[in-house]
Amino acid sequence: MKTMTFADAIDDALAQAMADDPRIVVFGEDVHGLRTSLFVRFGEKRVRPAPISEAAFVGAAVGAAMAGLRPVVEVMMVDFIGVAVDALLNHAAKLEAFSGGKWKVPMVVRAPCGGGYGDGGQHEQSLWAWLAHIPGLTVVVPSNPADAGGLMLSAIEHEGPVVYLEHKLLASNMLDFLGSGGRKTVQYDVPAEGTSGPVPDKWMPAPLGKAAMRREGKDITLVSLAVGVHRCLEASAILKKKRISAGVLDLRTVSPLDKEALCQAVSRSGRLLVVDEDYRDFGLSGELAAVVLEAGIPVQYGRVCTEETIPYCRELEDQVLPGTKRIVDAALKLMER
Amino acid sequence: MGPDLWLLYRQMLRSRRFEEAVTDLWEKGKISGEMHLGVGEESIAAGIVAHLKDGDAMALDHRGTPPLVVRGVDLVLILKEFLGRADGLCCGMGGHMHLFSHEHFAASSGIVGSAGPVAAGFALAAQHLRPGNIAVAFFGDGAMNQGMLLESFNLAVAWKLPVLFVCKDNEWAITTRSQHVTGGNLLDRAKGFGMPALEVDGTDVEAVWNAARQGVEKARKNNGPTFLLAHCIRPEGHFLGYTPLRKSLESMVGMVGPLLRSLPARKGASPGERIASLGSITSLIGRTVAEKYSKRRDPIYRVRQRLKADKSRLNEIEKEVAKEIQQAVGIALS
Repeated sequence: MKTMTFADAIDDALAQAMADDPRIVVFGEDVHGLRTSLFVRFGEKRVRPAPISEAAFVGAAVGAAMAGLRPVVEVMMVDFIGVAVDALLNHAAKLEAFSGGKWKVPMVVRAPCGGGYGDGGQHEQSLWAWLAHIPGLTVVVPSNPADAGGLMLSAIEHEGPVVYLEHKLLASNMLDFLGSGGRKTVQYDVPAEGTSGPVPDKWMPAPLGKAAMRREGKDITLVSLAVGVHRCLEASAILKKKRISAGVLDLRTVSPLDKEALCQAVSRSGRLLVVDEDYRDFGLSGELAAVVLEAGIPVQYGRVCTEETIPYCRELEDQVLPGTKRIVDAALKLMER
Repeated sequence: MGPDLWLLYRQMLRSRRFEEAVTDLWEKGKISGEMHLGVGEESIAAGIVAHLKDGDAMALDHRGTPPLVVRGVDLVLILKEFLGRADGLCCGMGGHMHLFSHEHFAASSGIVGSAGPVAAGFALAAQHLRPGNIAVAFFGDGAMNQGMLLESFNLAVAWKLPVLFVCKDNEWAITTRSQHVTGGNLLDRAKGFGMPALEVDGTDVEAVWNAARQGVEKARKNNGPTFLLAHCIRPEGHFLGYTPLRKSLESMVGMVGPLLRSLPARKGASPGERIASLGSITSLIGRTVAEKYSKRRDPIYRVRQRLKADKSRLNEIEKEVAKEIQQAVGIALS
């Protein structure tokens, strides 16, 4: 075991895969600058900067994947995926089904996501559930360096399209690039355990669709992903002082969803609190409630999510994003039921 | 009749001094997130906005500050927005990439290329509701590879929409050299849509003003869109704090470290390809730094050179502008 940052873990796993498989190519906006180590080691033919043409280069990733390459295509931020949605919605996601399972699209769309550094509502969205809504797309959202590398490897090895989202409060290179710009005068609420941590000496793929219980708890189950997992762990520590035992389940992938782990945890505690940085309505939090109800598990349910367009103002933003205080308050309320 | 260079100089200087004040606030940590300046584009903003009248609309990109300053949006409101205040231009909700002034028909967006379709829509509304009014779209050369922008060129030509499409060509697409990811030339590309296309030195405010006049007059007479390619500079890099322009040793080490580690790594590209990659990164950094310190194409320096005979008038304008900005900052921070 060694220690690595979240950001380095992704690129390190990617480099390991690229060294072993010449079909893996990386392209996207500014990749020469954002992935300098890959650019130098693998050359421009395999790490290729793209024009600001998301519809074309994400669409090209679909074609390239159909024709034998294994592209890891980068979109500067998940918000910008809006420009390229057709490639994912109507093509990448549907090809396997349309071809009767005879033609697959092994591609990864990699994009930074999430807020908490005052960049405004067009640059801080999460959108993981919005994407996971589409049948055929796998959506991966790691919360720590070990998962970040392991899930990148499994995303690359997967035979279908995977959206791989890295939260900007966890990927320190992105936060430095977009949030602080080298300033020491700004501070963001960065979860230390997510940004740097132990990783294996050699990367092994982490299974897709397998959640991880980060903390056991018998009174209530907090379910989240990415930065939300760390906020939940913080909340769980606060709740412990109030003699409430709160478990924390890290979904790791939105789709496929680990329904079994969810149902197991919730049936033990009888209380489910979903903490989701993505939008509340018609999203992941509602889906988790549906899964539990469909399984016939009696449950007290609550959710702490982003409910509106994310404000630019830091104070307002902190109120809108699911923070530790909101989680604790919601958990306490649920405990009264 | 030519432009009033004194007026244009004042407007350009207001924008520059304003963004210098913004830089200071950003460095002090009073402004969060990214901050893309329009330094180097003031001549384009001033030369074009000078032709606008009430009811004309502007669709702006992520460098929207200069056109708003020149258009007469309250500086205190813009500053308060950057500070994230509830009494800011957009109540602290938008921030610097999402500035809106309904009163001025000015809307910005951080999605590259999106100014095209929005301006086409503004122009369509003008055709119906405000004949004689026009719309201007401001975007960069990077946006010229965005489908939605090119589609809006076609739409504007097909529907004869009163739009002036202004491409601020600083030769960068975020931190990639545009030339490296762009086929053909931009002027021909616009002409290919059947639209008149003008090319100017965008650092020469008089040239911009003259070209803009043609496009604006044509649009006002309902004779369709014009494309204006204005070459300019980007001395502050993509945004404030852009890595190659940081002065700290820490960021130098952060940049060089991964390069040196990956150069000899086992498995990968040939030594020649690796050296080529290293070379292109070095050249990008060199180009960024050189642009920061080159005065020759600074639009403000250029117009000032032409006016320098009248020192006392220059002095007076510069004093007034400095005072205006200082006051705005004072009020915004109070």
